[in-house]
Amino acid sequence: METLSAVLVEPFVAIAEAPMFFFEVLIGGLLSGVMYALVALGFVLIFKASGVFNFAQGAMVLFAALFFVGFIDLGWPIWLSLVVTVGVMVLLALVIERAVLRPLVNQDPIILFMATIGITFFLDGFGQTLWGSDVRRLDIGIPDDPLIVAGLYVNQFDIYAAVICGLLVLGLALFFQFTPTGRALRAVADDHQAAMSVGVPLNVIWAIVWTVAGIVGLVAGIMWGAKLGVQFNLALIALKALPVLILGGFTSVPGAIVGGLIIGAGEKVAEVFWGEVLGGAIEDWFAYMLAMVFLLFRPQGLFGEKIIERV
Amino acid sequence: MSGVQQRESAVQRKRHIGDVLLAAENIGLRFGGVQALAGVSFDIREGEIRAIIGPNGAGKSSMLNVINGFYQPQEGHIVWRGQRMRRMRPHFAARNGIARTFQNIALFKGMTTLDNIMTGRMLKMRATMLEQAVFWGRARREELEHRAFVERIIDFLEIPHIRNVPVGKLPYGLQKRVELARALAMEPTLLLLDEPMAGMNLEEKEDMCRYILDVNEEFGTTVALIEHDMGVVMDISDRVVVLDYGRLLADGPPEEVRRDPEVIKAYLGVSQD
Amino acid sequence: MIYRETGQFKTSYAADQAIFPIAQDRLGMLVILAVAFVAVPLMASDYWLTTILLPFVIYGLAALGLNILTGYAGQLSLGTGGFMACGAFAAYKLATAFPELHVLVVFALSGLITAAVGMLFGLPSLRIKGFYLAVATLAAQFFLLWLFNKVPWFTNYSSSGVISAPPLAIWGETYVTGFEATPRAKYLFALTVVTLLALAAKNMTRLKIGRAWMAIRDMDIAAEIIGIRPLATKLSAFAVSSFYCGVAGALWAFAYTGAVEALAFDINVSFRILFMIIIGGLGSILGSFLGAGFIVLLPIFLNNALLAMGMAEAVALASHLEFMIMGALIILFLIVEPHGLARLWQILKEKLRKWPFPY
Repeated sequence: METLSAVLVEPFVAIAEAPMFFFEVLIGGLLSGVMYALVALGFVLIFKASGVFNFAQGAMVLFAALFFVGFIDLGWPIWLSLVVTVGVMVLLALVIERAVLRPLVNQDPIILFMATIGITFFLDGFGQTLWGSDVRRLDIGIPDDPLIVAGLYVNQFDIYAAVICGLLVLGLALFFQFTPTGRALRAVADDHQAAMSVGVPLNVIWAIVWTVAGIVGLVAGIMWGAKLGVQFNLALIALKALPVLILGGFTSVPGAIVGGLIIGAGEKVAEVFWGEVLGGAIEDWFAYMLAMVFLLFRPQGLFGEKIIERV
Repeated sequence: MSGVQQRESAVQRKRHIGDVLLAAENIGLRFGGVQALAGVSFDIREGEIRAIIGPNGAGKSSMLNVINGFYQPQEGHIVWRGQRMRRMRPHFAARNGIARTFQNIALFKGMTTLDNIMTGRMLKMRATMLEQAVFWGRARREELEHRAFVERIIDFLEIPHIRNVPVGKLPYGLQKRVELARALAMEPTLLLLDEPMAGMNLEEKEDMCRYILDVNEEFGTTVALIEHDMGVVMDISDRVVVLDYGRLLADGPPEEVRRDPEVIKAYLGVSQD
Repeated sequence: MIYRETGQFKTSYAADQAIFPIAQDRLGMLVILAVAFVAVPLMASDYWLTTILLPFVIYGLAALGLNILTGYAGQLSLGTGGFMACGAFAAYKLATAFPELHVLVVFALSGLITAAVGMLFGLPSLRIKGFYLAVATLAAQFFLLWLFNKVPWFTNYSSSGVISAPPLAIWGETYVTGFEATPRAKYLFALTVVTLLALAAKNMTRLKIGRAWMAIRDMDIAAEIIGIRPLATKLSAFAVSSFYCGVAGALWAFAYTGAVEALAFDINVSFRILFMIIIGGLGSILGSFLGAGFIVLLPIFLNNALLAMGMAEAVALASHLEFMIMGALIILFLIVEPHGLARLWQILKEKLRKWPFPY
């Protein structure tokens, strides 16, 4: 009875008693959800264009951040490190397209999925072989002080992150909508074969889309690295993007963003108000359980299309 | 075309055509805004060979899917041996001996021919998981019994040489035959065949016709089939249903249907130019 | 000793449906079992038994469990570690709460408990497939680990969160778990359990239930129309698979490490076992063990190779290299031979059957 009340009643009482605190937690959660959304975005881009569920997106975040911070630690200026890291991500996309995607073309999606788990391990191992496994501090000059907005304490860094993420999404939307490459990408996303038949080079498209996902990963890696330090944990945090995808649907960019926000806010609120009574650290699994329960009711996600099976 | 002798044997056959086995009443099926079937009613009598024909997209495969419960029609009823229900369910259909083959072969690609056919016996096996784990008693007895039955089908369809080959490696014609074997392993009362002869050469078609006729004649199995080859349809079927744009266009014996002006206009006419 | 079937005529379906229909296979199996049960315990040192052979047979069992679910029934799971933890903690709670229970009963019950948990997390598999399901199984992985880590009841309120296996005897004073047991006894016990379960898996996969799993894997729609119930079949795969993983986890805690904390079964264990079945061969019992052997030996081999090159301090480097090599091998196997080492073995046997006249 006591536990029941501690789970079902007291947290709500606490919320009602301190609404400002609740809103602070909520906003903090929403802003960290932006980060999940950023990783999820990389997944969605690749899934739409090639039907590959890229488990390695999280590893790409770590990989990009490791190179970026590694170059900076070598004493290179930020802009040069950024340019060279983007170059590395382009190279990576080309290698993945050539060495993994092309030989596995037309395989079962699940085989490709497992191959991306292989990529994950390779990237994690490779990045750390080159750059070591110590936590590296990354300072890109964004202030990390609290800011008071309308009476609420909000972390300034998180606001910068949200703005940068917003700009990135806007940039991608413009790219998809108004450039010829973007049009080709949308065509491929709709129908591989039809796109091929009108002369869209599939291999090039895949390389481009993996590059874009790599750059999105780089942005996520920089933001996250600046906040938490660049370390192996980044790859694990990035796994949280998977439940985000389930909520948002695998093929929807707005879904990735909304899903990210829901998961980010949900797990923060759950941790702060319910964590203690349940034993703490429920952030570890909250997102996954939420996604699993959600799957039972709406398998296609919030924004995904319903799948009709035919025989 | 597919053998004059077969036409003659079809005439000579003295078979018993019995009561209505299954009836579709006023079936309406929609996918989103697309009306796949609208107010379709017809019946299948015990022991007959019933053909469903119509141009591409007429709703033939959808009709089979409704009959064995894979699609849920929004309107209408299915009557099975006098039992009237809103819709068929796949498991009920399988239990009651409705077996089927698919237009785009639906075999279990990773399994051998033998294992594929053995899956058709699945519902007749009773052994528990524990008995299977130790391969003792009922599990062993059943396995051998059903293996013997399946071997008879393998002989009947003349495919013993591919018994242990994974079906993914077989050529198209043989895959179709394995699929028929799997359906026959269920000892079906009603056999639904979705374009059993599509993509086959003349010789393979004649073989397939012979198997269908033999099954119908020897085991009294009722057959409902979709086929595009008009020669085959006119030769082997007792009654023909014609669908067009999801509607029932005609229903009757082959000769009658062939002369039906509506059918000629909508179907035969179109296919000739 | 030439691998050939000539002259072996089967005159009944019973002979053809035997578990090993070809005489050379039967002989080979007997030789392997004789080596594993007699030669190895006589010759292997304690070091070999505890650091290589025990983890090998236990990982082999867990890989077999995952292979039943993923390789045979086609349901990808990333929650193997969580299920192993479930088995380990169930066995611990049973053995400490009911000390009079026989060790085999403890293991069987912990397997059954894990099976029930596995079925619970398998429920979403009715509505979702492929990588959707993989994400759902991550929920099992993270939730179960958190549960055993954070809820003190599971560790009998041990402050460190570590459980240590109580000594249990198979008969009399012959202990097979805990610190009193000799490595030899623990190895033989684990080997016996694993062998029996492997034979049971071989039987299940070639009979009705196995065909139902494979049918669901290959073409679920057609399977349903034949009368296979998708949910029941998938849940049975989850149950059997989790049973195997649970027993493997219990063996891990009781016979291999002796003391274990929940975090020993983290997500890397799940991946490791997935890699075993990809490299060993999806849908192959033999492959589960080949893959387990490969993945268990790889880090040992790497460490020794680095040592030989004079890089004695390179522990971290070795583990990074291991990650890289595993990742690359996974991709390589998926591209070149998706059926893994087991398929290579089969191809070799096919060649031998026809050698030296391959026509």
